[in-house]
Amino acid sequence: MISQSDIRDLYQEVILDHNKSPRNFGKPTEHTHHAEGFNPLCGDHLQMFLNIEDNIIKDVKFEGEGCAISKATASLMTSELKGKTTDEAQHLFDKFLSVVTSDIDSPIDPELGKLSVIAGVREFPVRVKCATLAMHTIKNAINNEGIVSTE
Amino acid sequence: MTDVEGDIALKFDVASVRSEFPILGTTVRGVPLCYLDNGATTQKPLCVIETIDSYYKSSNSNIHRGVHHLSQVATELYENARATVRRFINAASDKEIIFTRGTTESINLVASSFGNRFISQGDEILITEMEHHSNIVPWQLLCERTGAILKVANVHPDGTVDIEDFKRLLSTKTKIVSVVHVSNSLGTINPIKDIIDVAHQVGAKVFIDGAQAVAHIEVDVQELDCDFYVFSGHKLYAPTGIGVLYGKEEILNAMPPYQGGGDMILSVSFDKTIYNELPAKFEAGTPHIAGAIGLATAIDYLLGIGIANAAQHEHMLLDYATNAMRGIPQVQLVGTAPNKSAVLSFTLKGIHPHDVGSLLDRDGIAIRAGHLCTQPILRKFGVHAVNRASFAIYNTIEEVDRLIASVQNVIRIFA
Ligand SMILES: Cc1ncc(COP(=O)(O)O)c(C=O)c1O
Repeated sequence: MISQSDIRDLYQEVILDHNKSPRNFGKPTEHTHHAEGFNPLCGDHLQMFLNIEDNIIKDVKFEGEGCAISKATASLMTSELKGKTTDEAQHLFDKFLSVVTSDIDSPIDPELGKLSVIAGVREFPVRVKCATLAMHTIKNAINNEGIVSTE
Repeated sequence: MTDVEGDIALKFDVASVRSEFPILGTTVRGVPLCYLDNGATTQKPLCVIETIDSYYKSSNSNIHRGVHHLSQVATELYENARATVRRFINAASDKEIIFTRGTTESINLVASSFGNRFISQGDEILITEMEHHSNIVPWQLLCERTGAILKVANVHPDGTVDIEDFKRLLSTKTKIVSVVHVSNSLGTINPIKDIIDVAHQVGAKVFIDGAQAVAHIEVDVQELDCDFYVFSGHKLYAPTGIGVLYGKEEILNAMPPYQGGGDMILSVSFDKTIYNELPAKFEAGTPHIAGAIGLATAIDYLLGIGIANAAQHEHMLLDYATNAMRGIPQVQLVGTAPNKSAVLSFTLKGIHPHDVGSLLDRDGIAIRAGHLCTQPILRKFGVHAVNRASFAIYNTIEEVDRLIASVQNVIRIFA
C-alpha cells in the first residue's frame, strides 16, 4: 500500500491543489498569441492564450483537459511567467526542461521557484511529456507556431 | 467459497500456473509485481522462453532455403508451428495460415492486397464504433486510395453493437465487414456468428479482429465461416513480433501478393515473375522463425490448461472486481455488456487516468491508462482516457484486492 509519505515526490499538496483549482484557467477576452498542444499518449489537450506587449508577457491563460501533472504545471508555469520578458521565459523553459529530464538525485535549480515541485516527475519518465506540454505550447504560442505535440 | 470457485479450484491451480511465469516472481518498487495489463500483452511462460532459447541454441537456421541439416530442422519446426495454429483455430488447411508480425500487419495485408484488387469507388466497408485504431486506419487508407466509403455501426451505451444499425448500414454495396471479436477497451464479446451470417447474405467478405479473443474463447473458423480471422501471438502468452492471418484458401488465392521478395516467388525473371503458392505467397523475406515456434508452444501450453478453464477463472476475477468497483461511488465503469471478456475499464471521478496509473504503479500494479487505441468509442462515452485492468490465467483474487485497495487510496489522495 502507498501511504501519503511514499508519494512525497510527485503528488504533493501543491500539485493536488493546482490540479483542483488551477490558476489562470479560462480563455481571456483578448490575446495576441495562441497555440494548441496535444499529448497523443493520453489525449490531453491544452490551449494557451498570451498577451505580449513589447516582448513582455502581460498575461497568459490556459484551457483544456489534462492529468494533474499537466494541469498543475500549466497553472504554476503561467503564474511564473507573468511579467517576464520572452527571453526570460525561454530561460525558464530551458531550466525547467533540464530539471525534469535530469537524474532523480541531481539537485533542483532554485531558479525554478514554485515549479520545482514538478521535479518529482523525474521518477516517472513516461510522465515527463505531461509536465512539458504546457511549456511547449507556450513556446509555440510565443513563436507563433499553432500546434504542438509532445509525442 | 462458492460451488463455482470450488469447481474451478479442482481444475485450475493458479499457484502452479503462476510458477510457470518467471516474471511474476519479480518485484516493482519493492513490492511483488501485480500485472493486470494483459490486454496490452501477456507475460510468457517458461516453456515459451525455453523454446525460443533452445531454438537459437540448437536449431537456428534460415528456412526453405538450405539443403543442410539445420535448415531442414528449422523448416520443420516452422511448418509444424503453422499446423499447430491451423488446429488451434480449426482452419481447413495449413495454406490458410499466414504468419505475420501481428494483428496490425494482418489487417494491413488484407486491406492492401484484397482491398486494392477487389474494392473500387463507391464500394462500402462496414466496421463498428468500438474498433481498435488498427481496424480503422487501414480501411480509411484503403478508402482514400479507392474512393470507397467507410460506414460505422453504432454502439449502445452498455458497449454492445447496435445490431439494428449494423443491419441498416449493410447493403449489396458492402464489400467488407470488419469487426472486433472482443473489444480491448469495453470487453464486449461481439455476436460474430450472427454478424458473419447477415454480412454473407449481402455478399460481403467478413474480417474478424481476434486480438483480444483467442486467449479466452475457443475459435473455430470453419464453424464461424468468417473469411479472415487475425490475431497476435503476444496477447496469447507467445513472443511479440509474430501473428497470424487466417484467410479462406480461395480468397487468398485470388489476392495479389502484399510484399515482394524472397520465398514468395517460384521463379523470377525480368520478363515475368511467378508467385509462389500459399502460404509462401504472403510470407516474403525471412520470417520470425523463433516467434512462430514460440507461438506454437504457447498454444500447446494454453490448450493444456484448457481455454474454457482459463475463461472461467478469468470470469471469476472479472465478476469479483466488477462487484468491488461497483461498491466505490467515485468509480464509473466503461463497458458493461452482458457478455464480456475479462477486461475492466473504469474512470475515477475528477482524476485523470494517467495519475491513477502512476499511483498504482507505486504499488507495483500495472494497468493500462490512456485511450487504449480506441479514441472514437471513448469519445462516444464522453471520456478521453480510461484505466483498464485486464486479467489472464495467472491473476488472483489477492491481486484484485490490491487493485481495489490502491484505487481507494488514489481517491483518498485526490479527495
Ligand atoms: C482489438 C485489438 N486489435 C488490434 C490490436 C493490435 O495488435 P498488435 O499491436 O499486436 O498488432 C490490438 C492490440 O492492442 C487489439 O487489442
